[in-house]
Amino acid sequence: MTALVAIALTVVAVAGTAVVLADAPGRQAVTLSVFGMTLVVLFVILQAPDVALSELGVGTAVVPLMVMLTVRTMRKDRRQRGHREDE
Amino acid sequence: MNRLGRLLLFALGGGVVSVLFVLATFDLPDFGSSIHLYRDLAVPAAVQHHTANVVSAVNFDQRAIDTFGEETILVASVVGAAALLRPSADESERRAPDLGRTLESTRLVGYVLMPVTLVLGVDVVLHGGITPGGGFQGGVVLATGLHLIYVTGTYPALERLRPVVPFEVAESLGAAGFALLGLLGIWTSGAFLGNFLPLGAFGQILSTGTVQVLSALVGLEVLGSMIVLLSSFFAQEISIRKAGADQ
Amino acid sequence: MSIYAYLVAGYLILIGSYGIVRSRHLVHAVVSLSVAQAGTYVLLLAVGYQRAASAPVFGSTTKPNTGVVDPVVQAMTLTDIVVSATVTALLLALAVQINKRHGTVDPDDLAALRG
Repeated sequence: MTALVAIALTVVAVAGTAVVLADAPGRQAVTLSVFGMTLVVLFVILQAPDVALSELGVGTAVVPLMVMLTVRTMRKDRRQRGHREDE
Repeated sequence: MNRLGRLLLFALGGGVVSVLFVLATFDLPDFGSSIHLYRDLAVPAAVQHHTANVVSAVNFDQRAIDTFGEETILVASVVGAAALLRPSADESERRAPDLGRTLESTRLVGYVLMPVTLVLGVDVVLHGGITPGGGFQGGVVLATGLHLIYVTGTYPALERLRPVVPFEVAESLGAAGFALLGLLGIWTSGAFLGNFLPLGAFGQILSTGTVQVLSALVGLEVLGSMIVLLSSFFAQEISIRKAGADQ
Repeated sequence: MSIYAYLVAGYLILIGSYGIVRSRHLVHAVVSLSVAQAGTYVLLLAVGYQRAASAPVFGSTTKPNTGVVDPVVQAMTLTDIVVSATVTALLLALAVQINKRHGTVDPDDLAALRG
């Protein structure tokens, strides 16, 4: 177990804790993207370039984008609901 | 069950599972050991079929039926998500407001990087059998490359560049093509998804038989799925409004 | 210390589950589920790793008889990553509709889902 693998594993664990402990889902989108990056580095160190390519596209771009769009949609729907109940 | 009861139950169950897990890891082979029984079988089989990327060989040649199942899950999830996000009876889709301005430098970066990313995505899909890559990765790269137009431009530009119906058709074509190629495999070589196309020299782009074709079909399908998903989410946020709202 | 990789994988699964149990927002629960899934990827790749072996792709620099890491677990992981992104999208679409129908996404307030 080299130092590089151990450091990468520790960074992944810390980033995962940060994602779960961030309470606002809008903030979680950014931490999820950073978590995806740390996973990519770990996968490359573990000699898995295909898996790293997959995780790079999905975990850093697509899923955080969908989370952000969901949060904004919910905020907009709640605002519209508030307007209609005021009428 | 109230919140505290839920947390206590999780503490109990999670504690027991953690203890069992730690005890189990003491019996696993050491991290970094050289005992890998599946690798000793998979690598010679891939080399025999002239496939340089062994992971693609496992995905599209040796265990292609698992990939068939996975991509069916993908199609099913996308159909479900797109159906859930359609405008309902009391909502309507209206033209997106043309909001926001991007900096000139951002727009330049978009113009330069978008064709580069698209070419890179096609390269990753086509070279799936011989370098790291393949259908799954290349499809995601292509889909995110297309959305650079949204990041560095405007939403109406994105809508013009990606009409959703051709991508839905592409997704279905990819999934159907995969199944058809599998059935052709029964007819020619006796096994569903058997590798029946001619094998070429090791390391050339057309050397891997059906692995290349299946990888390209999966790339088409993943591209279509990601575009359909992201367009449903965008439409929900930007252009769908309840009937009678003035925003 | 050779079990550290497995312990980190188990920790990620545990903290993802803890996030789901204690969350107050459905989207937070879905993102914690992603963290738990990442724990399983780390476990799979850790099982397949071999010290001083290279990636399972042969080319002009790696001839087909050099030692490589296990390609079967990598194949399983890479399809799983893409497919679970679409399943996450399905869960997020469900959350959007729940918000529209009930006006709240706090799991403790969603009384209609209580059995």
